[in-house]
Amino acid sequence: MSENLLEIKDLYVSYGGIKAVKGINIEVPKGEIVTLIGANGAGKSTTLRTIAGLVKAESGSIMFKGEELIGVETNDVVSKGITLVPEGRRVFPDLTVLENLKIGAYMRTDNLDADIKWIYELFPRLEERSWQLAGTLSGGEQQMLAVGRALMSKPELIMMDEPSLGLAPIVVQGIFDIIKEINNQGVTILLIEQNANMALKAAHRGYVMETGSITMQGKGVDLLNDESVKAAYLGKKK
Amino acid sequence: MKKTTRIILSIAAIAVLLAVLLFLQANERDYGMVITIIEKSAIYAVVAVSMNLLNGFTGLFSLGQAGFMAIGAYTFSILAIPASSRASVYYATGINPIIEHAELPIPLAMIAGGLMAALFAAVIGFPILRLKSDYLAIATLGFSEIVRAIIASPQMNTITNGSFGLKKIPEFPNLLTVILVAAICIAIMVLLINSSYGRAFKAIREDEIAAEAMGIGLLHHKQTAFIISSFFAGIGGAMLARFMRSIDSNTFKIALTYDILLIVVIGGMGSVTGSVLAAFLVTASKEQWLRFFDEPLVIGGVSVPFFKTGLRMVVFSVLLMVVVLFFRRGIMGQNEFTWEGLFGLFKKIPNLFKGKKKKEAI
Repeated sequence: MSENLLEIKDLYVSYGGIKAVKGINIEVPKGEIVTLIGANGAGKSTTLRTIAGLVKAESGSIMFKGEELIGVETNDVVSKGITLVPEGRRVFPDLTVLENLKIGAYMRTDNLDADIKWIYELFPRLEERSWQLAGTLSGGEQQMLAVGRALMSKPELIMMDEPSLGLAPIVVQGIFDIIKEINNQGVTILLIEQNANMALKAAHRGYVMETGSITMQGKGVDLLNDESVKAAYLGKKK
Repeated sequence: MKKTTRIILSIAAIAVLLAVLLFLQANERDYGMVITIIEKSAIYAVVAVSMNLLNGFTGLFSLGQAGFMAIGAYTFSILAIPASSRASVYYATGINPIIEHAELPIPLAMIAGGLMAALFAAVIGFPILRLKSDYLAIATLGFSEIVRAIIASPQMNTITNGSFGLKKIPEFPNLLTVILVAAICIAIMVLLINSSYGRAFKAIREDEIAAEAMGIGLLHHKQTAFIISSFFAGIGGAMLARFMRSIDSNTFKIALTYDILLIVVIGGMGSVTGSVLAAFLVTASKEQWLRFFDEPLVIGGVSVPFFKTGLRMVVFSVLLMVVVLFFRRGIMGQNEFTWEGLFGLFKKIPNLFKGKKKKEAI
């Protein structure tokens, strides 16, 4: 196995008295797609938000390329090469598509033209709508923009919080094709999903999270065929 | 439209405007009222754009503009009133020996006014910028009133001359100077808005969580916007002091903030050209209405009888309601002036042409 880009050890996070994450261990090898599946309230989003520095951890360690991320401010996390695509897309609605992309590259000071061209090659739809306000895009296009915006910071690791949320099945398929395409271009991906079927098919590795703990882990395909995962998340009887 | 056409049109518009300004200046005696209105509009335009930077572009609802203007105006006046005439200004209680001979050249004194306002913004911004929306408005409103109360307090008599106010403030030499200072201030703010900092401000306005996920430090950028906005409000206050020649704490009542807010809302939250255009429209109509009642009131601007202030506020309140109900996005929305937009409008509503042109001037 290749080296780990991100390594979470014994992470605890709580909101007030409520423990949201209870001592999880996750490894994200470089160049792979790793997915974290689980029901609502399992602590998946909290884990991502903690990595991004938006939420403070109680204890444990998050190592990125051998550096500790706990206690690091969000803007420094982004400049180290980790970007979060937040849940529900959260594009900037009253700004144009192009402005949205430029804000994604806020931490960079070099020339952006080549990368904007790259994003437009990945998402030709965005190029057509370059001057349109992001709020007027369809849900799928907004998700493309959210992913494109995150890619503009040239991350080594991109974290996606439920990219399939509220999208039609055919659009979801398109989004997962893009995720694989981005991964082929060398970006490591940590993916949170409720759509376990799609996520496990796309991912190299998977973790199943339940009420703050990791209950199962393994190769994506193995988890997909696991009876208990099937029962809990894929709607098939044992 | 070609780029060269746009440049030629812009140069032509500026030339026409300069010609008009020079003509007005040459015939100062005949056009005193027009000049007064243009000067006041230009000053209000600076403050309105500074307020728009905060409220329209960064999405921070602040109502402290009058307070920062007061700080700028008083700092400027204290440093700029000629040392020789200070004894007659502070005739009642005497002057504090520390500031008795502290005289700066006028441009430096104006910058000092802006810097003092920015300093106060930096100090109060740290705690209050953690507040959201309405709470921020209340906190800044409170700050503005505290500033006014402190300025008027008897303990400050030897520095601010308390309730007597300051007089003999050096005035603007001519109309062009006012326009030039206003244009420089607005140009700097436009450059800021179009920079990557401006994009970060807009991102915070649109969605704080997404902005933070993009690596934009929220508190740091809010602080920056607040300090810069306050700096230019301070400069605007200094300009107002020069324009009025005498100020007291009542000049900077909360009504002043509302006047500016009205301009920002009518012009469009998030549009610089909208603010500038609205500054001229609102000031011109206001000054003309007031002239019907009492002309010396406007020129002197010292003691405003109550019923007139009240009447103006009634008219403004109605105006605000109409704007909020029917023109929620103001004149310009979040758009900026373009020649293409002007010609598109020109075809539809020819009589708006005059007002549009005025705005291009600044």
